[in-house]
Amino acid sequence: MSHKTIINIGPFHPLQEEAEFFQLHVDGETVIDVDVRLSYNHRGIEKLDESKTFDQVPFVVERVCGICSASHPLAYVQAVEEIAHVDVPERSLYLRTIVNELERLHSHLLWVGLAGHFLGYNTVFMWAWKYREPVMDVLETATGSRVNYANAKIGGSRRDISDEQLREIDKVVGELHRPLDMLTNAVLDDPVLHARLKGVGILSPEAAKAYGAVGPTARGSGVPIDVRRDDPYAAYDLVDWDVVTAPGCDVFGKAVVRLLECYEAIKIIKQCIKQIRPGEIDAKVESIPPGEGIGRVEAPRGETFHYVRSDGSNRPVRHKIRAPSYVNIPTFKASCIGQQIADVAITLAAVDPCYSCTERMCRVVDADTHVQVYQFADLVRLSQQKTDRMRRS
Amino acid sequence: MALTTWALRKSLWVYHVNAGACNNCDIEVLALLTPRFDIERFGMILVGSPRHADVLAVTGVCTRQIMPRLQEVYMQMPKPCVVLAIGACANAQGIFTEAYHMGAAVDETIKAVDPSAIIIYVPGCPPKPEAMIAAAVKGMEFLKTL
Amino acid sequence: MSVTQTGIDVPLMGFVGEVLERLGDVVVAVEQCEPRRGIARVDPARTVEAAERMFAMDGSRLVTATGLEVRDGIDVLYHWALEPQGVVVTLKVLATRPDLTLDSLANVLPAANWIERELHDLLGANFRDHPDMRRLLLDDTWPEGLHPLRKSFDQIKDRPPLPANQSPPDVDVDVKAHRGDHS
Repeated sequence: MSHKTIINIGPFHPLQEEAEFFQLHVDGETVIDVDVRLSYNHRGIEKLDESKTFDQVPFVVERVCGICSASHPLAYVQAVEEIAHVDVPERSLYLRTIVNELERLHSHLLWVGLAGHFLGYNTVFMWAWKYREPVMDVLETATGSRVNYANAKIGGSRRDISDEQLREIDKVVGELHRPLDMLTNAVLDDPVLHARLKGVGILSPEAAKAYGAVGPTARGSGVPIDVRRDDPYAAYDLVDWDVVTAPGCDVFGKAVVRLLECYEAIKIIKQCIKQIRPGEIDAKVESIPPGEGIGRVEAPRGETFHYVRSDGSNRPVRHKIRAPSYVNIPTFKASCIGQQIADVAITLAAVDPCYSCTERMCRVVDADTHVQVYQFADLVRLSQQKTDRMRRS
Repeated sequence: MALTTWALRKSLWVYHVNAGACNNCDIEVLALLTPRFDIERFGMILVGSPRHADVLAVTGVCTRQIMPRLQEVYMQMPKPCVVLAIGACANAQGIFTEAYHMGAAVDETIKAVDPSAIIIYVPGCPPKPEAMIAAAVKGMEFLKTL
Repeated sequence: MSVTQTGIDVPLMGFVGEVLERLGDVVVAVEQCEPRRGIARVDPARTVEAAERMFAMDGSRLVTATGLEVRDGIDVLYHWALEPQGVVVTLKVLATRPDLTLDSLANVLPAANWIERELHDLLGANFRDHPDMRRLLLDDTWPEGLHPLRKSFDQIKDRPPLPANQSPPDVDVDVKAHRGDHS
């Protein structure tokens, strides 16, 4: 029996800088097409930046996305530094690396928690977010805010981190090892999670390339791309670390990549703290010459790309921002089709869109009668029930 | 005290709307649920439908596309209800005031459909979770005076 | 500085030079060739061919496209990343006034789908044979033909009127009306 239905997810579903509205076309239980409508979160930042001076723009771009609020300003200042040919002091490079890796830690822990929630493991949600709090605390002591760090400025860093704070960061990330072991083992050893995540939401390496997928979404499909290694910025070429990939191409692979990247982040932070030397943190840039520059940063979700064009005045002529999810969301077209509805929630979550607001306004509408059949909460419930069934059998 | 306000004094249920925020306020709202801040000790939980909620927590600037939809959500809520405008953007559009895709500010948008709406402003970019707890407690105190 | 001049030809060197050489005659001028960055201008009639040649290279990936309003039209900058060499090669294509039309890459390259829709929304560039040219970023009530990223658009003065408010519900929602004397 064929019964086609349209499922609306959204619009209250922000993803990086864009909230969006998904329409899943389903036939019975199987997804046959995905459509996305953006605009809900479009604020016009690129135009706004043209009215700001070069120094003001970092504060706007860190509000592109609250979770990548260290990556966006860094990508922007790197683009401007490329135009002005600035040599950034070494201490500042280390400071940037430390803040960016702390951001990656908190972002990945956030994702692990939300993924747990969608699968009906609310304990994982609570525990992951509990262990995320110490990371937020050290970010607050080091930069002054839990989430908007205002860390990078053109030519260096806005604020130094004292030795005492560095020791505190070292201690806190060292203590994260044990909870991370626990979470990783919980994911790697749980037969139900294997059953729920393996072979779900397959994104082949070819599709990843065609859609231009980046970050853990691509690395979970075995594509070893990472801006930190390929186009090193900050202090990533001064420390020793590995690019994590997983071969599965499925949601499980993406989860593994994120968990293992937490260990790499700890490794990077610890080395930075060991190697950092006292010194200047600001190159004191006077003016920006005409030209065009590109800044690339590996944000927790993938490559953040900024293009800045200057005409020699004190404002950018054009500032193009490309957040990682902009290329990762269209991969749903490749990974969701053929899935069951109960698996959609976790497949969408695997790309790590911010799900904080997704939990409502999702409706399943009968395509013939337009009668509402499901709420998004029901989708999550379906997903949780499936886990429950597997756990019992 | 009417029965509806008497029933509203405890266990406020919150429905959270992102009206074009940068996710900062949203993750802080979500952090309220987790062990460190644990807002459930006040009987507050996030619910999945505006029809079940007593509090509408709004984050973000209210973009043009969101504007009518935010009003729709507000009208679906049982009255009386409280609106929590969380963060600088929801208070007065913050840093994005000049951008072209802004709708009316959150309070104006809601007052266009209900001039007597109760709006609690939580300033900050983003407000700390402690500030949100303080706002929620103030909201509860206010409801007792109705 | 004019971007429409056909370029200061620079010597090709390093990996970027190799990439630009392999693109062959679709490149009409090379504007920059540095160890990690390259900028080349491409014949507008052969955009798809250039994209296909880039896509066929190992480790190439379309990062995004930037639209720039210039005197003669809209410059579309396709940014290609090549991994693991970590270089970004930018291919510039000029869509000339008045029709501002280029060939769409979306049929050969899914990654170009959204960005072309975005360029159409924000700058008014048109893409021939795009499979799905619906509005992507601007809201439903935004007037057709008004493009916010154009230099002539003032983000405060030229804002279109706000969408209409929803009609208030028929029931009286005044909280004071709920205040009884039962306490």
